[in-house]
Amino acid sequence: MPLDAQHDNHTREFKVVGTRPVRPDGLDKVTGRARYGADMSLPGMIFGEIVRANHAHAKIVKIDTSAAEALSGVHAVVTRADFPAQSDGMVDILDHCMADGEVLYDGHAVAAVAASSKALARKAAALIKVEYEVLPHVTDVDEAAKPGAPLVKQGIESNIVATHEFGHGDVEKGFTEAEVIVERSYTTEATHQGYIEPHACVATLGGDGVADIWCCTQGHFMVRNTCAAIMGMNASQIRVTASEIGGGFGGKTTVYIEPTALALSKKAGRPVKIVMNREDVFRASGPTASSSIDIKIGAKKDGTLVAGQATLRYQGGAWGGSIVDFGAMAAFACYDMPNVKAVGIDVLANRPKLAAYRAPSAPMAAFAVESAVNEMCDELGMDPLDFRLKNCARAGTKSSYGPTYGEIGLEATLEAAKAHPHWSAPLPEGQGRGIACGFWFNFGGQTSSSLNINEDGTVGLSVGTPDIGGSRAAMCQMAAEALGIPYEKVRAIVADTASLGYNDVTDGSRTTFASGLAVINSANQAVERLCERAAQTWDIPAEAVEWKDGAAHPAGANAGNFEPLSLDELAANSGSTGGPISGHCEINADGAGVSFGTHICDAEVDKETGRTTITRYTVIQDAGKAIHPDYVEGQFQGGAVQGIGWALNEEYIYGEDGRLQNAGFLDYRIPVASDLPMIDTQILEIPNPGHPYGVRGVGETPIVPPLAAVAHAITGSCGQRMRAIPMSPPKVLAAIKAAS
Amino acid sequence: MRFEAPETVEAAVSLMAGEPGNAQALAGGTDLLVQLKTGRVSPDLIVDLKRIPSMVAITQEDGGFRLGGAVPAADMLEDDALKAAWPGICEAAHLVGSTQVMGRASLAGNLCTSSPAADTVPAMVAASATARIVGPDGSRDLAVEDVPSGVQKNSLKKGEVVESIYLPPRPARSSDAYLRFIPRTEMDIAVVGCGVSITLDEGGIVTDAKVALGAVAITVQVVEAGAKAIIGSKLEDAALDALAAACSAACKPINDKRGTIEFRTDVAGVLAKRAAKIAYDRAAGVTA
Repeated sequence: MPLDAQHDNHTREFKVVGTRPVRPDGLDKVTGRARYGADMSLPGMIFGEIVRANHAHAKIVKIDTSAAEALSGVHAVVTRADFPAQSDGMVDILDHCMADGEVLYDGHAVAAVAASSKALARKAAALIKVEYEVLPHVTDVDEAAKPGAPLVKQGIESNIVATHEFGHGDVEKGFTEAEVIVERSYTTEATHQGYIEPHACVATLGGDGVADIWCCTQGHFMVRNTCAAIMGMNASQIRVTASEIGGGFGGKTTVYIEPTALALSKKAGRPVKIVMNREDVFRASGPTASSSIDIKIGAKKDGTLVAGQATLRYQGGAWGGSIVDFGAMAAFACYDMPNVKAVGIDVLANRPKLAAYRAPSAPMAAFAVESAVNEMCDELGMDPLDFRLKNCARAGTKSSYGPTYGEIGLEATLEAAKAHPHWSAPLPEGQGRGIACGFWFNFGGQTSSSLNINEDGTVGLSVGTPDIGGSRAAMCQMAAEALGIPYEKVRAIVADTASLGYNDVTDGSRTTFASGLAVINSANQAVERLCERAAQTWDIPAEAVEWKDGAAHPAGANAGNFEPLSLDELAANSGSTGGPISGHCEINADGAGVSFGTHICDAEVDKETGRTTITRYTVIQDAGKAIHPDYVEGQFQGGAVQGIGWALNEEYIYGEDGRLQNAGFLDYRIPVASDLPMIDTQILEIPNPGHPYGVRGVGETPIVPPLAAVAHAITGSCGQRMRAIPMSPPKVLAAIKAAS
Repeated sequence: MRFEAPETVEAAVSLMAGEPGNAQALAGGTDLLVQLKTGRVSPDLIVDLKRIPSMVAITQEDGGFRLGGAVPAADMLEDDALKAAWPGICEAAHLVGSTQVMGRASLAGNLCTSSPAADTVPAMVAASATARIVGPDGSRDLAVEDVPSGVQKNSLKKGEVVESIYLPPRPARSSDAYLRFIPRTEMDIAVVGCGVSITLDEGGIVTDAKVALGAVAITVQVVEAGAKAIIGSKLEDAALDALAAACSAACKPINDKRGTIEFRTDVAGVLAKRAAKIAYDRAAGVTA
């Protein structure tokens, strides 16, 4: 049978892969039939409400739940005392879900109640009296990193909890060789993923100790394992079913309400539904880190980069784990530099625990490095595209974070940008044009899938990675391609945790790569079995059968002269030739391919108000292979839009009192459709040798370049260099006025 | 919580006045429902005004327009005569929320919510609009600028509701404009708002003007010095600069999550100039 390794994906002609069929979840979503997290209901279900603190930092002196418990219709009240003592690594996650004697951020949960209606639960929550001793707090990353800063929690000696260093060469020596040095500092504020669907779950934990959870999540196996560890249960006792998901972007890769729903259900003996409201989502789910970054880069006058150094300070809430290491690794990933050093410093602050957000930690680092590179280009009088083409990472470049790159597409995106009509289009008066590059690692990970050939020749496909970007369509396409059958014959579902082996979370741009690999392997295993059935029918050795165009064929004249047996025929006969035909795959997928992108942005600043309008925007990125080009383009556009929002107006605003001031979509300003031009996209396909069809992940890279690309365009329009994100109108106007 | 939907103004007033607890009038409900959902208010009585015929009618009266207290923005935007006479009022109404919200939200509701950032209020003030308030003691007319008295506070007494907004008649060669500053393009709240109403003579000289600013103080600000700066001019640069300076001087803003004092003060002047030019061109018949 044909092995995909025999194909050269540079020239291969696909039948289904690369086409744009209708997505299987489309009709449900546009008609309202799709079931999201809050749509599940069970007999006897009651409603949970979480009591949250209005302090950034406080000791919990006393919690009085008696009035709430006395209210008729209240079935359970829980505090941290109702959770088992934690002995393993889940303690931080539980601490974030339910405070352990000390409130560490505004919105921190301190108790929860379940009652027979939402209104009653809200009333009961208001009856829970919590006595606090308010403690000093700090929310700003630079303030928190200073000696003598208020300590974020009791029992620590410093808010700096970890330092990570990456690089190679000798940066000190490199800077002595440099003829031009640019040294600048940059800051970025925390942003939220802004998914439309708030977190929601229904959990039921019966007297037999068996639990079911329905929730919106990027990883239901993660929910199962986390809840089992927190509740002291076995994984087999909890079955988790992932609902349709209204956006995640990394923000649904942990738990916020599921352990609390289980604890309430255990106490009440009824299913409990918890749905967060938008205010709670902003206050108590994980945004990004905020950051403060120092960059120093040195170059020869001919534009050769000789050294780069970055110091990145990230705060990711009160528990550490700001994943500043990813920022330090990604900072210089686009450049081929002999001497490079990036130091990431993980700082605590009285804010919610960071969660992943699309290429977590990379956009801030790229904002700083790409902005410094653009400033360097101005110092050198060099075209920023030519400078990047001269210094960009290529196959064989030792990356700033360690590995040596294989086949990568950065140079191709830069060449494509140079050739793109956007780059050469005359710039209207008053506008500026910016450019920036971006990188993301991408990931493989543990994956399990199952493919069943039905007797009517259709195919049922079970994957364990929740579909957050059209992945079911892509899975069906890859299965159809491997089996040689039409796309319409395959239906994919996201199966529950009892139905498949473990699957890592849908994150790291891994799903089309890793689940796709598992699906192709599953299909290939099914093909092997189909060929065996044909061999058995023809009474020839299985090795003498080959699979092509959806049918078993004798492999050459020596194998015998038989009419091909189609998948339909083999499926119809399967009951009498040995029973059902399936394929499975369980892997820890290696070989994920890094993805690079280059963005071009035109912008116009209103010089009297500081308001920026994005007038044209182009994303060029290496996808490896675009399985479903619509969804690849959608990822490019969505990532760019989120990056533009981050660049211009999105930010967490904390008051002097340490409380979040803009916990809602009115004052947390994500872009609306009319704010943006159509985002133009160009997909490049430099195949990833680690995937049978050449797939790289595409979802995360597109949020990396926009911050710097927009800043560069703003500089072109109004002459000011904005080194603090967001570049909101008051900041831009102040810069314009300060300069005039 | 009780919900009533009376069919006469008298019945509405009687219900509102008779409720010993917290009574809330519901026009479009675009603020009230959000507040209910987030638990910020828990009224004992909600009185829906939309079943009252006069509350949902746009009528021409003595050369002006009377807009019932629950007339939604969407109805205003389908009234060609109103749009021709008061384009600034209509564009302010067109800025309130989404298309769906505009199907419900009303001028009187926007006024009674008494947000300093309300979009239609500076436009109504610039238009010298009056609010007809009915209550247990009868009916009274009040200048729109006298209705809000603070942040989410107004001069309505127990049992009173705004029955209608009246836009007065005015001479030929008059028009108005409203501009607000938001960081986005829609679905946002004014960081600064400015309404300007202008009347010209046959030679294009401004003979009358009224300028009002929103979101720069706890209540809408009438900028008389701004109006004086442009009366007698053809909006030459010096007049516009004087208008901007007067508007900036009239600002008493705060630093908050939406903008700084300095930013609001600067942008108030910028918007006043731009709104004045639009109103001028409309009054001169250069643009619609």
